[in-house]
Amino acid sequence: MGEIKVKNKDVVVPGEILANGMDFLPSYGTYREGEQILASRLGLVNIEGKVIKLVPLSGVYHPKKGDTIIGPVTEILLSGWRVDTNSAYSAVMNMKDATSEFIARGANLTKYFAIGDYVMVKIINVTSQNLVDLTMKGPGLRKISGGRMIRVNSNKVPRIIGKQGSMVSMIKQYTGCRILVGQNGIVWVSGDEPAKELLAVETIKKIELEAHIPGLTDKVNAFLEGHKDSVKGGVKEQNNGGNNDVR
Amino acid sequence: MTYDKRFDGRAFDEMRPMEAKAGVIKRAAGSGWFKIGNTEAYAAVYGPREMFPRFQQNPEKGVLRCFYSMMPFSSAGDRVRPGPSRRSKEISLVTAKALLPVLDLSEYANSVVDIYIELPQTDAGTRCAGICAASIALADAGIPMKDLVCAISAGKVEDKIILDLNYEEDSHEKGVDIPIAMLHNSKKISLMQLDGEISSEEVAQCIEMVKKASDKLFEVQKEALKGRFRVAGDKNA
Repeated sequence: MGEIKVKNKDVVVPGEILANGMDFLPSYGTYREGEQILASRLGLVNIEGKVIKLVPLSGVYHPKKGDTIIGPVTEILLSGWRVDTNSAYSAVMNMKDATSEFIARGANLTKYFAIGDYVMVKIINVTSQNLVDLTMKGPGLRKISGGRMIRVNSNKVPRIIGKQGSMVSMIKQYTGCRILVGQNGIVWVSGDEPAKELLAVETIKKIELEAHIPGLTDKVNAFLEGHKDSVKGGVKEQNNGGNNDVR
Repeated sequence: MTYDKRFDGRAFDEMRPMEAKAGVIKRAAGSGWFKIGNTEAYAAVYGPREMFPRFQQNPEKGVLRCFYSMMPFSSAGDRVRPGPSRRSKEISLVTAKALLPVLDLSEYANSVVDIYIELPQTDAGTRCAGICAASIALADAGIPMKDLVCAISAGKVEDKIILDLNYEEDSHEKGVDIPIAMLHNSKKISLMQLDGEISSEEVAQCIEMVKKASDKLFEVQKEALKGRFRVAGDKNA
């Protein structure tokens, strides 16, 4: 009979023994060596029945098909734009995926997106050689202007969004800011007052720092409640600041 | 002559006091700090990121690059000239080779993982301290790795086999210094260098000593990495 050496939600380091015996199965972030299952990266233990896997806590973003990301345009290509993905690989958005407008041969592409413009786009494909294709066709995908960009650890993005977007809509509600969260860890915050934006940024940084701790939603709620008065004019009343069509 | 008592009064198989931390450099993907006695190393990992110059890219897997450097004021008195030297280039190379066996960079084709190791204070054993710090930093950066690499020097002064040499022992006329890096679980050796004259039986004794020490090193590294995720006021910590 095998035995598990760690508890659920424990932080484990590479090389740490997670379980002994053949009746457990190694999944993401773990590997089997003889009878033992060991961790192959830094992460949180997640035990589901017989399967042991790790939830990564750190690491640079790696592009994945279907992710919605935010990034700046870095280069104008022959038939599209190159976008920085905040990872080791840059992505290409082809003209036909960028707009439904007709673009004449030899048109000036900077009319649509210039270098340095931030865009919210979706990854449609990642090849085995890590060439990334993007599209802007989809709900909420667009060019982003104004506001401020912050970078967070991309592994914490699910916690910033929360279950069905609960966390991010809470921040939107309290601060009245518009917030877009890219799966690659770039977050856009835009409010009508700097103080509100700063509160939203501070909250997001707090979530990033404490993402692995249970009871986060309540903590963040208390934090926002405590800082409600620091934002001029109160905030909860104005409400509807959050542009809820996009996460 | 015999070496009855160590210069700093330690037991012959005793390491200097160790301390470590992870996540000390905020803007790096991962970072580590490792201190053993008066030797102190910082390591920062950046990446995986796009590799330049392009011709050094490997389309099959990611590349590991290592930069070791001693700070100008780090040694006992003489200023260390900054920038790459014959010695620091060699240590950069062996450090990368010591760490590579545990890393899995197959997912990161065409990209590079850079490790920068800086030593603000040195008292022998710098490459080992650097490897320990780099190991923490790589794990902190979330790079897939099978194991942590633990490194420590062993050696001989006069007639005694000793662990973790300090500068006085390292530079002793009849001193032998063997820096060894070991994978914690398999106890495989990924770095071994030798400076001095020693018999093969004595080398075997040194390796045995390092094997025992690697468990302690792993504990220190593990605690450093776990400590990063303890937030003040968290009861589960």
